[in-house]
Amino acid sequence: MHNISSWAWEIGKKLIADTGKWKDMFENIEEPYVSPDGEKIAAVVKTGEMEFSVCENDAPWERRFDKVWYLKFGPDNRLTALVSDTGAWTVAVDGDVWENTFDFVWNTKFGTDGKNITVAAQKEMEYFAVTNDIPWETGFSSLSNLTISRDGKRVAGVVPTVDVSEGEIFKFQEGCYSAVVDGKPWDTNFVNVWDMAFSHDSEHVAAEVRTSLYDYTIAVDGVPWDKIYTSVWMPQFSPANGSVTAPVRIAGKWTLARDGNPFWNRSFAQLWHHMYSPDGKKIAAIVAPKFGRWTVAVDGKPWSLTFGDLVTEAVFSPDGNRVACIGKEDGKWTIAVDGKAWGGVYDMVWQPVFSPDSRSVAAKAEKNGRYTIVIDGKPFKDSYKALGDPVFSPDSEKILIKGIEGDADGGKYYRQVLPITDITG
Amino acid sequence: MAEPAIKNSEQIDKIVDEGIDTGIARLTPEKIEQVINKVLKTETGARLKTYVETCVHCGLCSEACHYYLSHDNDPKFSPAGKVKQTIWEILKKKGKVDPEFIRRISRIASTECNLCRRCAMYCPFGIDVAYLITIVRRICHMLGVTPLYQQDTAHSHSANLNQMWVKEDEYIDTLQWQEEEAQDEIPYLRIPVEKEGAEIFYSVIAPELKFRAQLIYQAAVILNVAGVDFTMPATPGWDNSDLCMFTGDNEMMGRLKKAHFETAMRLKVKRIVMGECGHAFRSVYDVGNRWLAWKMPPIPVIHAVEFYYELIKEGKIKIAKKYEGAVTFQDPCNISRGRGLHEMARYVVNATCEEFIEMHPNREHNYCCCAGGGVINAGPPYKMKRIKGNRIKAEQLFAAKARGAKVVIAPCHNCHGGIEDIIHHYGLDMELYFLGDIIYKIMEKPV
Repeated sequence: MHNISSWAWEIGKKLIADTGKWKDMFENIEEPYVSPDGEKIAAVVKTGEMEFSVCENDAPWERRFDKVWYLKFGPDNRLTALVSDTGAWTVAVDGDVWENTFDFVWNTKFGTDGKNITVAAQKEMEYFAVTNDIPWETGFSSLSNLTISRDGKRVAGVVPTVDVSEGEIFKFQEGCYSAVVDGKPWDTNFVNVWDMAFSHDSEHVAAEVRTSLYDYTIAVDGVPWDKIYTSVWMPQFSPANGSVTAPVRIAGKWTLARDGNPFWNRSFAQLWHHMYSPDGKKIAAIVAPKFGRWTVAVDGKPWSLTFGDLVTEAVFSPDGNRVACIGKEDGKWTIAVDGKAWGGVYDMVWQPVFSPDSRSVAAKAEKNGRYTIVIDGKPFKDSYKALGDPVFSPDSEKILIKGIEGDADGGKYYRQVLPITDITG
Repeated sequence: MAEPAIKNSEQIDKIVDEGIDTGIARLTPEKIEQVINKVLKTETGARLKTYVETCVHCGLCSEACHYYLSHDNDPKFSPAGKVKQTIWEILKKKGKVDPEFIRRISRIASTECNLCRRCAMYCPFGIDVAYLITIVRRICHMLGVTPLYQQDTAHSHSANLNQMWVKEDEYIDTLQWQEEEAQDEIPYLRIPVEKEGAEIFYSVIAPELKFRAQLIYQAAVILNVAGVDFTMPATPGWDNSDLCMFTGDNEMMGRLKKAHFETAMRLKVKRIVMGECGHAFRSVYDVGNRWLAWKMPPIPVIHAVEFYYELIKEGKIKIAKKYEGAVTFQDPCNISRGRGLHEMARYVVNATCEEFIEMHPNREHNYCCCAGGGVINAGPPYKMKRIKGNRIKAEQLFAAKARGAKVVIAPCHNCHGGIEDIIHHYGLDMELYFLGDIIYKIMEKPV
């Protein structure tokens, strides 16, 4: 979240928009989105026959389009949409459109401060990325796995680097794909390239690659590790020392490797989505210690608490000492923190959020079609028709709730700040 | 496409397939032995040993197999016969087999067995021959000997995470195109893309994008009229199909299922509802999820048949006027024998059609369409082999037709491909529909 200390953190509740009235203003209204700071709510609206716009805080953008989709607020609270005007696609930011137009645009991505906005684009069957209205100089016959650096200044993806037609299976197996960074492909071709990550300084890229139908490894800046595996998952750079780690499959089991060498000293039935603590000193991952049971392992040591259905969306606390995740057992969802599950179970829960001081954990949760915020396992008394993700204040003492009150027939969107003790007691 | 004039098994054996032929040319006996023994040692265990040591060669599986029945009870097409020619021989010779042997077992495993599991029901010991043939396919994959069209499909899966080389923008564009088309009929209709927190992720397979886009249109109509809160992703992971499961590329299979389920998790949906595809259901419900260590699908997966059953039973879809033609119903192996949805399917057929005529055998005993298990994906070179390998299906359909059935309903893409060819080749003159086609035709829609 960008610069949250500049947001309004006074205790209180503010009506932002009477979204219930929007249905009187427009022919049709799509699902609403709220800005990170909660000050804005927006939705794609139909303003006429084959005519669409975006309504933001009770007022539509001036521009009309023949199609609008993929409404997204950036971390700096600017609102983006992918828009088509007489068939020419581009990006609209707070109602202003980029000058360049394309045959299609998709997959909007933001750097952490929101200044850099990137989309994938296709024009005359050439594929490339576009950042802040500036397209790559080179196009490719396709582009996938669009990935941006943390600052949003650098963009990578996967492109074909050798012309290969459908049915040319042996040519395909020689390696016809590579990673492309800022429009320039790596020098090395691979059979496949998939998920990739930038280093924290944005200077390096590591990616999952397949060098034959059977050999998987990690390539860093185009250079594959000298070890091969029967499969790998997405690599990560250490923020502490720039080394690269990745889950790798050896003899049917998964473990964590670093720079091509064994790192964790035990293996799992599954291991993926590993992540570093902010200081880079610890690594946590989602693991299956045995078939059908899921948990989180920190530095290779799994929690004793396991879930049967799934574990997902794990997150480190800012101080790196705690980990929270989503767990699901017998169809019911909950949050687990440091190996202990919250008492309550829900129909759905969203990724948990740590307070800046790492002491509290909040999550959006759904039960019986209504949404609420739960902090440290205690649900807020009020429920909402729709709800944004909770945000802790910089001092960790307050929580921002972005909720639409009302029922299916109407609703009002409020931005509310309250002490966390109003929920935790 | 032109149909090769194949009249007998000798000619079948002469089918030119670059995927197999080039793969064979690269083999040495040493490589074969090494690969086979590695697969057997590291990827098999008690299950294989039990099956191999339990089989008493009674032959009761033979008459379960549509290939055997369609080839005048030729024992080499019987399930046990196919096992004898492949895995038993491999085990007997401890992997010391020559490239020509690999050519034969690749063809048997990839184009003479649909992995339909009908034979497992007729085996006194429940031996799952499909599992044994899957090991043969795995060995062939590890040796680089897979029919070209199947391998190309697996490559598409690896490069695009869908089976038909559909690019990311083409997929989204098709959804928007179908949404616009359907809005001419129902103005308020939407195909919501990336709607986080929707109840349902509606997932499809790539052929629906490439040449059966009307199915997306129809599904959108059904979902909107029923008031279902659904979404479709704007990212790879939308395709639930999985031919890598059938080529023996288990690692890619896992990658595909990971993308599919993680897409569902990202969208925060409670269920995945998939279109009318059988093999994809097998991959998400049984095989791919388990390769990844999920005992069951982490997000529940509902096949279209079960979903239609829910919609009609709960009154969310109302029938304006039942379909008037007499219909028969093809039970797809993977959702009837594999999941037990046959009674729900009959509920839907009876609710939507005036006259339902069972084909025999039916339900979990139904014959395979001969297209499943990746066999139709072996492509045009094997088309006639596939059609001739299921003469029994033509006879089964003809018997239903003789009792009045004019329409075949098949809620599976592979069944559609296989039965369409059978209807055409054997001159059955029957119409072929998905359940969604029927429901779309006869449901109440807003005026």
